[in-house]
Amino acid sequence: MADQREPTVIVDDAHVVYRVHQAGTAGTGSPLASFKRIVTGTKPATLREVHAIKGVSFVAYKGEAIGLIGTNGSGKSTLLRAIAGLLPVEKGAIYAAGQPSLLGVNAALMNDLPGERNVVLGCLAMGMSPAQVKSQVKEIIDFSGINERGDFSSLPMRTYSSGMAARLRFSIAAAKKHDVLLIDEALATGDAKFRKRSEQRVRDLRAEAGTVFLVSHSEQSIRDTCERCIWLESGLIRADGPTEEVLKQYESFVKK
Amino acid sequence: MTQTAVADSDTGLPLRELARRHGLTAAGKLPSLPAYSRQLWSYRYFIASYANAKVTSALGKTRLGMLWQVLTPLINAAVYYVIFGLVLSTARGVDNFVPYLCTGVFIFQFTQSVVQAGVQAISGNLGLIRALHFPRASLPLAITMVEVRNMFASMAVLMIIVLGFGEPLTFEWLLVVPIFLLQSVFNAGLAMAAARLGSKVADIKQLVPFIMRIWLYGSAVLYPVTKFSSNEHLQAHKWALYVVEANPLLVFIDLMRHALMEEVPLAASPMVLWLEAIGWALVVGLGGYVYFWRGEKGYGRG
Repeated sequence: MADQREPTVIVDDAHVVYRVHQAGTAGTGSPLASFKRIVTGTKPATLREVHAIKGVSFVAYKGEAIGLIGTNGSGKSTLLRAIAGLLPVEKGAIYAAGQPSLLGVNAALMNDLPGERNVVLGCLAMGMSPAQVKSQVKEIIDFSGINERGDFSSLPMRTYSSGMAARLRFSIAAAKKHDVLLIDEALATGDAKFRKRSEQRVRDLRAEAGTVFLVSHSEQSIRDTCERCIWLESGLIRADGPTEEVLKQYESFVKK
Repeated sequence: MTQTAVADSDTGLPLRELARRHGLTAAGKLPSLPAYSRQLWSYRYFIASYANAKVTSALGKTRLGMLWQVLTPLINAAVYYVIFGLVLSTARGVDNFVPYLCTGVFIFQFTQSVVQAGVQAISGNLGLIRALHFPRASLPLAITMVEVRNMFASMAVLMIIVLGFGEPLTFEWLLVVPIFLLQSVFNAGLAMAAARLGSKVADIKQLVPFIMRIWLYGSAVLYPVTKFSSNEHLQAHKWALYVVEANPLLVFIDLMRHALMEEVPLAASPMVLWLEAIGWALVVGLGGYVYFWRGEKGYGRG
């Protein structure tokens, strides 16, 4: 029965507005312009409000993998951040079971440290105990495959190629069992071999009863990992349903 | 499909009720202070290894590496000694000026570096904050730990300087430990407060050098502390003298000088200084922590 399903994420009419400080555009860069702005009390031209999510509601259940699609700037990443509790909602509410973890390709670790130390640091930051970390380090490095071309794990991360760094980050985040895992385009990086492995890991994580959200521009990886799909456009849900149906609608929209 | 169809109609419940029934918590809700403290405690290994990592990555690229931990305070002391000891000779009123000066410089440096690094604890680590969930207070605390570690080396250097300039080794030296602890608590609070301020108003970072310089000149680091009580303006306004002499850094520096040296002019009796030091550590330590905790959920916004 449908009501036997256990919800893990509930998004109830959520609005997200965020404020962007941007480096001065033309005419705002001089000290005089800054002074005038303060005296006249006008809002700085460098501060802009972006209404990124305009009332989104849905319920995600245990064991689901949900793909988020939409054109660039449609609010996919913002929605993930809001679910992760990193961006506050302006109106409405987002409820989640446990602490959702956001896994993005831009997750920064310490670039001057060797990969191995970064693995330890990342695991500790996810709340693992030192004993757990010890038993996991080798597995994580093996999974990331950065040692396939020699001993890279003892080299500083700044020497890694962007693909290698992304693989390591993904491997760290995927080492822990998350109630809700939010993945932002992470699978798009790495070579075909790694992509296959990471897709398998996403499936495993899902089998361990978590919920997975995946933001990606690759229709293939959404098709392969998600059976449900939400299509966001300009901060609103355009469609929500089985992946095949939603992708079909999306494709005809994009081709127009 | 429209939006209303999306809002789950399996049970016909409003979403908020559904969330409550399944025990889901609202994202971005502030944990209670005890819960937050427990969480922070369980992240102690992260804090320690993050502090470690910061030191390694900061000095890793230099040729002398960890030697800098000792060289930095030595050079620092040398610079002040040349200017204030040799060129200006401000030593009037203090018998043994070099150890007096070095103690002041080192103790002040401890707080100064914590504040300078603390302001950027959040704003400089947004990538980490947006990627992983850990109690954010870990970051300013780790920064404090880095400086505590650096301070171990500085204290060793300081003690050698003090001994080298003829001060005797006494039992009073044991007081260094509690003074150091109190100042560390004070610094941790300051780091957390600075971290939150720095994350909210980026402009603070530009002001910190000036604030620290005023603090330096006001803490009797470079001149005898008796200059305050012999100042006519301050004598005329007793309360102003109290304010100047209650300066927490002046208190910590005075206590440390008192512990390490025999004949030092003090701003007040040691008993008063101790009470002031404990008071400052408690107020700033706890206050900074609570202030930081209140902003916990906003740090990812940037």
